Amino acid sequence: MSKLLFDGPEWTFELLSKAHDAIEEIAIEDLGLDVYPNQIEIISSEQMLDAYSAVGMPLMYQHWSYGKRFARDEALYRTGRQGLAYEIVINSNPCISYNMEENTMAMQTLVMAHAAFGHNHFFKKNYLFQQWTDAAGIHDYLAFAKNFVANCEERYGIDAVEEILDAAHALQSQGVFRYGRPPRPSKEELQAMQRQRDGYESQQSVLELWADNTRRARSDDPSGEDIGLSERRGKMNLPQENLLYFLEKHSPILQSWQRELLRIVRYIAQYMYPQKQTKVMNEGCATFTHYYIINRLLEKGLISQGAYMEMMHSHTNVVLQPEYDDPRYGGLNPYALGFAMMQDIRRICEEPTDEDREWFPEIAGNPDWKTVMRDAWANYRDESFILQFLSPHLIRKFKLFMLSDDAKQPNLVVSNIHNRQGYRNIRSALARSYDLAYLEPDIQVEDADLSGDRELKLTHVVRNGINLDPANRDEVLRHLRRLWGYDVSITARDSGSGARISHASTAA
Amino acid sequence: MHHFIDRRANPKGKSLGNRQRFLRRARENIKKMVDKSVRDKSVTGADQADGEKVTIPAKGIKEPFFANSPKGGFRQHVLPGNKEFVVGDTIPRPKGGAGGTGKKGSEDGEGEDGFSFTLTRDEYLEILFEGLELPDLVKKNTVETETVGTRRAGLTTAGTPNNLNLVRTMRNSLGRRIALQRPSSLAFKALQDELASLESIEDESEDHTARIMELKEKLAIMDRRRKLVGYIDPIDLRFDTTVPEKIRSSRAVVFCLMDVSGSMQEREKDLAKRFFMLLHLFLERAYEHTEIVFIRHTHQAQEVDEDTFFYARETGGTIVSTALTKMREIIDERYPTDEWNIYGAQASDGENFGNDSVKCKDLLFDALIPVCQYYAYVEIVGENDEKLLNNREEGADLWQNLREVDQTFPQFEMRRVAEPGHIYPIFRDLFAANKEKAV
Repeated sequence: MSKLLFDGPEWTFELLSKAHDAIEEIAIEDLGLDVYPNQIEIISSEQMLDAYSAVGMPLMYQHWSYGKRFARDEALYRTGRQGLAYEIVINSNPCISYNMEENTMAMQTLVMAHAAFGHNHFFKKNYLFQQWTDAAGIHDYLAFAKNFVANCEERYGIDAVEEILDAAHALQSQGVFRYGRPPRPSKEELQAMQRQRDGYESQQSVLELWADNTRRARSDDPSGEDIGLSERRGKMNLPQENLLYFLEKHSPILQSWQRELLRIVRYIAQYMYPQKQTKVMNEGCATFTHYYIINRLLEKGLISQGAYMEMMHSHTNVVLQPEYDDPRYGGLNPYALGFAMMQDIRRICEEPTDEDREWFPEIAGNPDWKTVMRDAWANYRDESFILQFLSPHLIRKFKLFMLSDDAKQPNLVVSNIHNRQGYRNIRSALARSYDLAYLEPDIQVEDADLSGDRELKLTHVVRNGINLDPANRDEVLRHLRRLWGYDVSITARDSGSGARISHASTAA
Repeated sequence: MHHFIDRRANPKGKSLGNRQRFLRRARENIKKMVDKSVRDKSVTGADQADGEKVTIPAKGIKEPFFANSPKGGFRQHVLPGNKEFVVGDTIPRPKGGAGGTGKKGSEDGEGEDGFSFTLTRDEYLEILFEGLELPDLVKKNTVETETVGTRRAGLTTAGTPNNLNLVRTMRNSLGRRIALQRPSSLAFKALQDELASLESIEDESEDHTARIMELKEKLAIMDRRRKLVGYIDPIDLRFDTTVPEKIRSSRAVVFCLMDVSGSMQEREKDLAKRFFMLLHLFLERAYEHTEIVFIRHTHQAQEVDEDTFFYARETGGTIVSTALTKMREIIDERYPTDEWNIYGAQASDGENFGNDSVKCKDLLFDALIPVCQYYAYVEIVGENDEKLLNNREEGADLWQNLREVDQTFPQFEMRRVAEPGHIYPIFRDLFAANKEKAV
């Protein structure tokens, strides 16, 4: 009797369940993955479009921009210019993955290995997700958010809610904590802080005497910071990189429901932030997992050659990396890079070359590549992963080269290629290009004097002379003004010299 | 632990609320585009069945964010697929200045200039007829009822015996009997007869006994088979089934009357077309069931189909009353006034033969307007005829006579139009919500 899990393209729920169990055995026992319980949902193409528009979440509050996204995706899909994903997977416990009903049984198997085990394991074990997201609570939170927004709309009108959400959405990428959580003190700490503040209070009178003198003495010095500023900065926790958090806490005009809306947008942005930081690793982990599993399935005689061919066909499409001069080129493909790096790690463990021993002494020749791999999945994000594991072998394989683009020069210059001198430079430049803290503009709240002119002052630290796009900037400033209630200005300063580059304000 | 959930049966349109918010947000722009599409389109009646593609400026629906400028500064790009470059090679900057990869331009895939998407037919009409409501709709709505009748809905496998569909049941039975090789009663009978005749012969030979035994065995098998494979099995049964169905009595008929005599040129016909199209679209939305009747006339009137109405050519004089008479005839024949809401729409260039206009007035007074929910008359005048456009007092014989009707009946309306741009505003005016008409 044949051991095949399935034979033929049609899928049924029994077959899916059988395939799931076979995959699970390999994933858990063989590869040593640790996953949330799986909840696999079969959806139609229209529901997939729905899911697309709601940023892939199963529940989302309503907003016109999701309708816009839906209209666009639908138009692209209907005219055949864009296919749909085979699956969407959500970082939650239980781990929900959506599989398209159009998939064949072979594709469903591949997709389960990819999403329900690859992504699932990554969500559960990677440190960013563990530290920053609450997989068990996200559904309840989204349900709360959806209801809260709907109630607000009912109570205050769609326009009022939309105004706040629009503004908050514009600040989404400035709505995350990149380096540390806001302090969440325990009860004891709170009391301790209170005591400390009390003690501070009593010293204050002395301090003010001193401060007053200082201020007067330095009042004619334009470069000097007044003592009010440092006090305010202490009170409002400035400088603050999380603009949404700052507005939520300190905006003088927002009502409590409006602050709650900001918190919702901020919370979801923060929940998504690890996914943005681990595109290469997340996809690489899922692709590596499905590749390993389907090969094991074939070796065990559980899938037919035909099904294997179908899966491999799809796999090869996914990990295709067009070269820079190919019309299909659209940047480095995270699937291709992640998968290749992970295959490479396995190779370094199993068949290290002298070069590998020199570059990766800790892992080269390690007999247990699975542990090495699980460790890499758990403890890195894209930037650090590339910085740690991109090997000269892979740089040669991808024929990576580096272009330097200095606006002051008429031409682009090839600064590094895949040779001995170039490896480290290419590796660190590539790693940096996945560092969101480096890629996204560095904007912080510098000062806001509520008892003075109430102007919200932002600083943009300009790295490498790359300023903000002025049209976008001015529109976001207008949104900011709506949330702050008073004028908002942004000053761009060079990261090195601190010299002022440009200044924009909502004040006419 | 795992489980699978089949979500396909979940209600569709989860993002309907988002879409409504999007349309609401872009309403101003969409509306402009819809109005434009009505004015510019060459009208062929109901061609909006598939919805309307609109492109609106991206301006009102932009989602700004703090983005790095694609220009200026110092950047480093790592690219795959180096072929011949060595360190120090220079490459001319790609045009557009997007710097190297050139992929940063449109983050969310939308062009700077416009955003295209498709409005459904309902959304299109909703926007097209925003703020308009059907005159006197309330009156007839109160007597419009939906009665529930039944409609045949194919076959089911369960039902009451009185609904048994014999033909289908027997067909299934026959097919099953053939497939399962049930011995027919004829074959069974033949075998029985043969056995009986053999048994009637007194023969003690071995052959004879063996033959009898063989036949008996065969008969036993046949008999068992016939018992196993029933003549009619429960799985053969098919019953007729019916489902309850709403029968609508809220019906409207639109009479489109148009002068097609020689004086009505291409331009006049085109304007009339638009008027009818808008009226029809509007009524189709308001009523569950609408019919449309096209009557064209020269010196005699004919009921024609839509194509003929708009595109066929006809020559002759102009006697407007013939069309009105025809309309009354059709109402009497096919549209009893207690079941149908009757709407009239008439387009003409205002010319009429001799003293026929008086006859028209009488017809409208006595026979037509009292049974109509609404009657609109549109007179198409020359593009430069501002005198007529601005002054309701002036006009030819027909206009003057109809003005008397206008003054008597609130459900009668008359307007003049000169260019396509006039049609839509005037149409809006005709059906404006809470219209107050000086009687």
